[in-house]
Amino acid sequence: MTSVQDPSLTVPTPRAREPRGSVGLARNLGLVIALVILCVVGVVTAGDRFASTDNLITILRLATVTGIIAVGMTFVITGGGIDLSVGALVALSSVWATTTGTQAMADDIGWVAMVFSAVLVGTVCGAINGLLVAYGRVVPFIATLAMLASARGLAEVIADRKTQIIRNQGFTDFFGAEPLGIPVIVIIFALVTMAGWFLLNRTTFGRRTFAVGGNPEAARLAGIKVQRHTAYLYTLLGTTCGIAAVMLMSRTTTGSSTHGTQLELDVIAAVVIGGTLLSGGRGTIVGTLLGVLIFMTLTNVFTLNNLSTSTQNVAKGVIIVIAVLLQQRIANRKP
Amino acid sequence: MAHPTTAPLLEMRGIVKQFPGVRALDGVDLVVRAGEVHCLLGQNGAGKSTLIKVLAGAHGVDEGTILWQGEPVSFADPQAALATGIATIYQELDLVDGLSVADNIFLGHERARGGVARRAEMNRAARDLLATLGHSEIRPTREVGSLSAAGKQIVSMARALSRNARVIVMDEPSAVLDPDEVDGLFRVVGDLRASGTAIVYISHRLEEIRRIGDRLTVLKDGATVASDLPAKDTPTSELITVMTGRTVSSVFPRRSAPLPDGSPALSVDGLGRTGEFAGVSFDVRPGEIVGLAGLVGAGRSEIVETVYGARRATSGTVRVGGRALRNGSVDAAVRAGLGLCPEERKSQGLILDDAVYRNISLASIGRFSRFGLSTDGAERQAAHDAARSVDIRPDAPERIIRTLSGGNQQKAVLARWLLRSCKVLLLDEPTRGVDVGSRAEIYALIRQLADSGVALVIVSSDIDEVLGLSDRILVIAEGAVVHDGPSDAIDAHGVLDHILATHEHDQQEDVA
Repeated sequence: MTSVQDPSLTVPTPRAREPRGSVGLARNLGLVIALVILCVVGVVTAGDRFASTDNLITILRLATVTGIIAVGMTFVITGGGIDLSVGALVALSSVWATTTGTQAMADDIGWVAMVFSAVLVGTVCGAINGLLVAYGRVVPFIATLAMLASARGLAEVIADRKTQIIRNQGFTDFFGAEPLGIPVIVIIFALVTMAGWFLLNRTTFGRRTFAVGGNPEAARLAGIKVQRHTAYLYTLLGTTCGIAAVMLMSRTTTGSSTHGTQLELDVIAAVVIGGTLLSGGRGTIVGTLLGVLIFMTLTNVFTLNNLSTSTQNVAKGVIIVIAVLLQQRIANRKP
Repeated sequence: MAHPTTAPLLEMRGIVKQFPGVRALDGVDLVVRAGEVHCLLGQNGAGKSTLIKVLAGAHGVDEGTILWQGEPVSFADPQAALATGIATIYQELDLVDGLSVADNIFLGHERARGGVARRAEMNRAARDLLATLGHSEIRPTREVGSLSAAGKQIVSMARALSRNARVIVMDEPSAVLDPDEVDGLFRVVGDLRASGTAIVYISHRLEEIRRIGDRLTVLKDGATVASDLPAKDTPTSELITVMTGRTVSSVFPRRSAPLPDGSPALSVDGLGRTGEFAGVSFDVRPGEIVGLAGLVGAGRSEIVETVYGARRATSGTVRVGGRALRNGSVDAAVRAGLGLCPEERKSQGLILDDAVYRNISLASIGRFSRFGLSTDGAERQAAHDAARSVDIRPDAPERIIRTLSGGNQQKAVLARWLLRSCKVLLLDEPTRGVDVGSRAEIYALIRQLADSGVALVIVSSDIDEVLGLSDRILVIAEGAVVHDGPSDAIDAHGVLDHILATHEHDQQEDVA
């Protein structure tokens, strides 16, 4: 028995356009809601001590280091990599920029010498990470773990495990200034974030970052220089570590080999909470910014309520898990 | 042989499966009898994958009934389907590479006493199962990751047998096999059929269905549109008409005008890579299609990838428009006007979770920018135009490319190089995983590209495809060009003769 139904000659009709970016929007909306809830908790538990301009500035000042590195980290993770050495790079950059030698040079030619050396050290170390990962084909986790160990070790050797006080008045004056009530370091944080957003979303560099992270082999076969681009991404992250080191030096007026200890955890957590995929190919600077702010506000609320850092760490862990679970829910909801 | 008189082993009636926004299955009927190879045909998106998942117990059904030996059943989960007697071998074999053959076969139903695995017993049982399948050369203790694709398939089948499966569902089992291995697979399938096992066989390759199939069921748009067709004698034209809902006049479009003379667009001279291939030389003129025929593993893909700079040549040169390319540089090749549609579309060709238009503009990112600033609007517009010119359906450039059918994904890769206006296009298995209807469209596009003056090199395991499309054929065997001539002067048998002659020659040398 053969039963053939009449094959209709209809052309498949194009389906309706899917709203683009709705997933991203929903995710960022979730982050904003989380931030608002956190603020409400802050106001309820700490009242005016939380809801004041001074406190807002405090939160932002504390956010600068994590935030600036998180911008760089967003690029590396979107590009399919990971960098564990960022905290160590901050330490090394801060120590290098505050040695007696560098400070003497700063006294001669100006405080810019300190900024320059911090950024240069961060950039060079980032470039080494990039070369190892891209051309040496060392797994990013291992290459940057090795960098973590050796950079912090080198910082200890240079500083002889002593805290180096910054005596250059020009440096502390410039970065300690608060034009219109906004600290210079917060302004720098804002500028870096905007530059990062622009670079990721409005340039060919950003497009290549998504391509390299999304499918490196396809990107390579489409003529994109994947290795070179990967090296650039780690170098860029190193540069942001150098800038962050300057922020930390200004906040503490010291350079120290213990600066930035376990910073990599906060940075990576903030980026992932912000919706950047650890597997690469998807990432947003706005999400990262929100992730950083959520973390910092949380710390602030806990501190205002006199809760210990240990309690804070427990809460951070819980938040990371919740955020990732929510992310998966949203990701699975798409068709 | 089919036994039309026997009672059906498995019967599905009016199966409906609803996903948010899509009715993936919309009235599927399928009747499978013991001891038959029942082929399931349909274009990508016709609902075959969903139906397989329903059979495997991975999806529940919203409407319809499933009868097992006349009794209604429902599968809550894959374990329930396995317990009933239905085993599924997925296209992406779900084996654990790091475990041994025996461990994989008994994965999920390990033989153990008090939680301690009885390794020797499992190894013995695995050896018996493999022997039943005629593959006793596969040692049960071997690590699965070290097996070939064919070997892994045998292990998957042994696993199905270890579950006492009466129905084995095979999803495109031949896609990763070369002709020799396919013969081996068919032998095993034939043995299983003779022992009364029913096979539900899914394949895009009509010639395979003709070889081993007994009966056919055709799906279209989630519904059964034809059933109980004889697999051996139903005319191809009828099958294509039922599957696509339209008639296909000519599968391979012929050249509209004679090939113009001209200097070669691509010229490969003495190209070689130690251990892979050697002394490969050929020219391709603008508008010409050159086909590389040969067995899987003969070195065809390696040659194409080396021409493209994705592998570094150890000898020889590649020239595009007379200028030598820098060795081992994809970037230089792309800038010189080369393009590649890679063999593994998903892993090498696409950024699966990105939008269609961004996949199309992937090779042209730099062209839609000014001082490094990307102009997203222009890029989107140009990519959309390219998508339209190859007729990607649906016409939705923002869609995530993963959701498109294989044929439309392949069209997107073609559109990428169209947008880049490349001069030489290398196509490695351009119709792998592409359904019959879309195949004809891709053939037409390839012809169109050639007519517009692009020089094309095509690699395909489907000899008819290479012969039908190409102007000139190079037969590759064991890493060398063994024949070079016009495609109308040779047929499939001729190609095979050249390949076999090389192998025999080698064997004689081995003896001497």
